[in-house]
Amino acid sequence: MSKKIKDKILFWSFLAPALFSFVLVVVVTFFMGVYYSMTDWTAIAGVEPQWVGLKNYMNMFADIAFQYSFIRTFLFTILSCVIINMVALCLAFLVIREIPLKNFYRAGFFIPNLIGGLVLGYIWQFIFKNIVPAIGGLLGIEAIENLLILAYPNLTLFGLIFAFTWQYAGYIMMIYIAALLNVPQELTEASEIDGANFWQKLWNVTFPMIAQAFTITSFLTLVNSFKQFDIIVALTNGGPADIYKGVVVNSTELLAVHIYDVAFKFNNMAQGQAMAIVFFLVLSGFSLAQVYYNKKREVEM
Amino acid sequence: MVQKRRVISISLTALTVLLFLLAMFPFFVVIINSAKESLEIIVNPLSMPKQWSQMWENVKEIWNNPSIRYPSSVMSSAIITIGSLTAISLFSAMAAWMLVRTKSRTSTFLFLLFLSGLIIPFQVVMFPLVELFRIIREVTGIPMLRTYHGIILAYIGFGAPLSVFMFHGFIKSIPLEIEEAATIDGCSKLQTFFCIIVPILKPIFMTIIILNGIWIWNDFLLPSLVLGVGQDIQTIPLAIRAFAGSFLKKWDLIMTAVMMAAIPIVVMFLFVQKHIIKGMVSGSIK
Repeated sequence: MSKKIKDKILFWSFLAPALFSFVLVVVVTFFMGVYYSMTDWTAIAGVEPQWVGLKNYMNMFADIAFQYSFIRTFLFTILSCVIINMVALCLAFLVIREIPLKNFYRAGFFIPNLIGGLVLGYIWQFIFKNIVPAIGGLLGIEAIENLLILAYPNLTLFGLIFAFTWQYAGYIMMIYIAALLNVPQELTEASEIDGANFWQKLWNVTFPMIAQAFTITSFLTLVNSFKQFDIIVALTNGGPADIYKGVVVNSTELLAVHIYDVAFKFNNMAQGQAMAIVFFLVLSGFSLAQVYYNKKREVEM
Repeated sequence: MVQKRRVISISLTALTVLLFLLAMFPFFVVIINSAKESLEIIVNPLSMPKQWSQMWENVKEIWNNPSIRYPSSVMSSAIITIGSLTAISLFSAMAAWMLVRTKSRTSTFLFLLFLSGLIIPFQVVMFPLVELFRIIREVTGIPMLRTYHGIILAYIGFGAPLSVFMFHGFIKSIPLEIEEAATIDGCSKLQTFFCIIVPILKPIFMTIIILNGIWIWNDFLLPSLVLGVGQDIQTIPLAIRAFAGSFLKKWDLIMTAVMMAAIPIVVMFLFVQKHIIKGMVSGSIK
């Protein structure tokens, strides 16, 4: 056997396992998905899907529940992105100081990240339903005692953001800590000598130096908020109901949950698949734009 | 001035402690309430349990619960996680090494193909995946849904893009001379990979195992589709779902189940804490 052929065999045999699984599970299914989204696919074995063109997409944009879900998902994504990053940055500043037990605090803030979204959702459901009223009773504040957080659409959304922040801020904090430790001390000292106050130092020295971390953290929080599924399923299961344009909708049924429900609860697989395609297009457009914008800022500074 | 700084410093430390307690509060809630009976929780979910021995009773009940099947669920979760991690890290390293060391149009194309997988969310491919697994069974007779090999194959496919990307970045920085020296000394390609490259890649292996491990262990959506809720093979999140879905008001047992679900991974964390934090941070920066 010539060396060239031998090299080729070696090349493909090293690539085969990863490539085979990836192509089968992601690439093939992706194209199947694009095709199914333009048919009346039902996922019933033996029923051949019929081509319907863009009908599913047209229906989707006319669907009020979908419009509502879209708006709520944006709201949730932007709020969580801002809140998680702010909390994480504050935590990073707090535990980067030379204080006793700082590693202990860091680990403590990080640990919720190990708890899966589903398990975490049940913990917070219990807290919102039972613990919050109990705290109200303990403090003797009737308003808190009678507060049913999970009964109001907007409060529930904040509840979700709160639970998600609890899970995710510790991880984002770790990324900020790593970035802050890389800021050269001389720079901040030099600015101090030049008479910069705390905020000037933060804004003009520290933030530009950790711009790369901002790109990463905002990408991660953005993508993970947009795709949020597990916490919602366990914490609210889509509820409580809200009214939008005269139609009853589920107030925390964000896109990922909505897609799942359309496909399984309403048995409309093709419609769910079309929504998933739009979900993908929006998410990738959104996140690529974000990375592009932040990268540009990194270079400028 | 010095006085003012000290006041600020002390109050910031106090704030840190306060936030730390706040972050730990949900764990505290879970622990005290898994040592109570249903009624005790309704009366006061904030009180200390009357008898801590109740926790043992609750743990026994969850252990033997027919929808949680704790021992078998932990086992299934472990098989799936360990199987997937071994396969993902080994196969991705092999693929990435070949892609870096072969300069050709095919290899550039394949690398870009893997990269494109990074932006595809699971939601787009999840329904077709179930369909594909059913078709595979129809055509070849090999069952894929509700099997270990089926779900592990799915995890390899979804885990490969990020892992290949990270290995690729790292292998590029390994000088080619090391491999050439090994070849001159008579190493075959296989030997070069396993005896020279794999040991150098150790830190990246750690990062990949940790990032993927936390994801796979806690994942709910993929196993709920590929394995199904309430089937023979169930992971811990599926077990929690099967249980909490049916006993929505039995908070004492739900809290116990939640605690038992969290224990394996938290214990693991306490053992390899340094590696986990380092691995997750370097993973995000790459």
